[in-house]
Amino acid sequence: MLIVAERINASRKPIRAALEKLDTIAIHAEVKAQAAAGAHYIDVNGGTFPGREPELLCWLVETVQAVTDLPLCVDSPDPAALAAALPKVKSARPMINSISLEGERFDRVLPLALRYRARLIALCQGEAVPAATAAQKIDLAAQLVGRLTRAGLPIEDIYVDPLVFPLATESSSANASLDAIGEIMRRFPGVHTICGLTNVSHGLPARRLINRTLLVGAIDRGMDAAIIDPTDMQLMQALLAAEAVFGRDEYCMNYIDAYQDGKLG
Amino acid sequence: MAGEIETIRDLCVRGKRAELTQAVDGALAAGMSAQEIMAEGLIPAMSIVGEKYSSGEFFLPQMMIAARAMQEAMATLKPRLVVEAYETKATAVLGTVAGDFHDIGKNIVKIMLEGAGYEVVDLGVDAGPEKFVEAVRSHAPEFVLMSALLTLTMESMRKTVQALESAGVRSSVTIGVGGAPLTQKFAEEIGADFYGEDAYQCVELCNASLR
Repeated sequence: MLIVAERINASRKPIRAALEKLDTIAIHAEVKAQAAAGAHYIDVNGGTFPGREPELLCWLVETVQAVTDLPLCVDSPDPAALAAALPKVKSARPMINSISLEGERFDRVLPLALRYRARLIALCQGEAVPAATAAQKIDLAAQLVGRLTRAGLPIEDIYVDPLVFPLATESSSANASLDAIGEIMRRFPGVHTICGLTNVSHGLPARRLINRTLLVGAIDRGMDAAIIDPTDMQLMQALLAAEAVFGRDEYCMNYIDAYQDGKLG
Repeated sequence: MAGEIETIRDLCVRGKRAELTQAVDGALAAGMSAQEIMAEGLIPAMSIVGEKYSSGEFFLPQMMIAARAMQEAMATLKPRLVVEAYETKATAVLGTVAGDFHDIGKNIVKIMLEGAGYEVVDLGVDAGPEKFVEAVRSHAPEFVLMSALLTLTMESMRKTVQALESAGVRSSVTIGVGGAPLTQKFAEEIGADFYGEDAYQCVELCNASLR
């Protein structure tokens, strides 16, 4: 399971505050905690002050790289911010979060992915309305995979994100994403699937319980990457157990290792 | 009679739609006016729901089912309200601005405004400035309310305010903005009249500006 660590996101209040003061120490602490907890990629998102996103994203890239060799996942819906930040990335294989079929975004992000040999998160986001059903998500995934591979992006570098909408407003929303994950993994050998978990529990109590239950379901359907908070111990424990249960951890070695490292409590 | 109104209020708060519709039918049969049921029963019920949601006691699905129950009860009341010439409190044009497809926050505001007795013209998501201008021209609303979840699309709010100005309709409306990345400062900067921190506050601010 590829873990993209999500904590350095400007939508979180502590990160927003750190960006306001260009607080290097706070960002370094987030990087170190996530790296120690098992992150494979550090996601950086600087979108909170209108007009300043390219500048802040560059600052985040440089600040994070100062304390880790982990590759970065450069996160912005704005192609201009991605274009500004990617040249600063030192790691050989950055990840881009994200491309979609909306408007100009596809044509502007694709050349960046090719140029920087990036792994690319591709959102199943429709042009007009959010893709709510599994069928809509699968259709968008097919368009994305088709167009990206025809443009020369290896299928192994595509991480399809089916998007997960809140259960609070639609009881079948998570199931639609899970069905889409299963079908996308079957239909496009070599492609990856990824998603964030926090949206699903919007408006519900005890949100982390819902989040990790979704993760377990997604692992069952074959999802092989996740945008998560690796410092959430219960979440990481559920991840390890699910991989063992669903036959994705040979001889349960990762599970046993985690236990012997004292990570299973 | 007082007991019936209390029952209606309670059933609406708890989102019991079948029982609520029954209670509303019963109240009408007992001679209560549709207007009274609205003003004393359903609107206060949704205000209680809004308060509970805002304070964290209620969760989103609880508000959704209360709103659904109210909407069903409203369907029963509608023909009577027309006969009684019931007037909505005010009209609000509401939408998620250009480039943004997030509608949960906007929909919560819509539910709460309708619950508070407003007529809502919902422009949906990705609504461009011209769409807002057009809606203001055709509906003559008291309020224009804009929602955005992305930093990138906050600029669409500024453009919409500017478009309303160039169309010469800016002064006829009160403009409210809301959404996760927004601040009071941003609202002032783009020339909006208020910033609602959450859906409940948005309704309160609309109410306050009518007073």
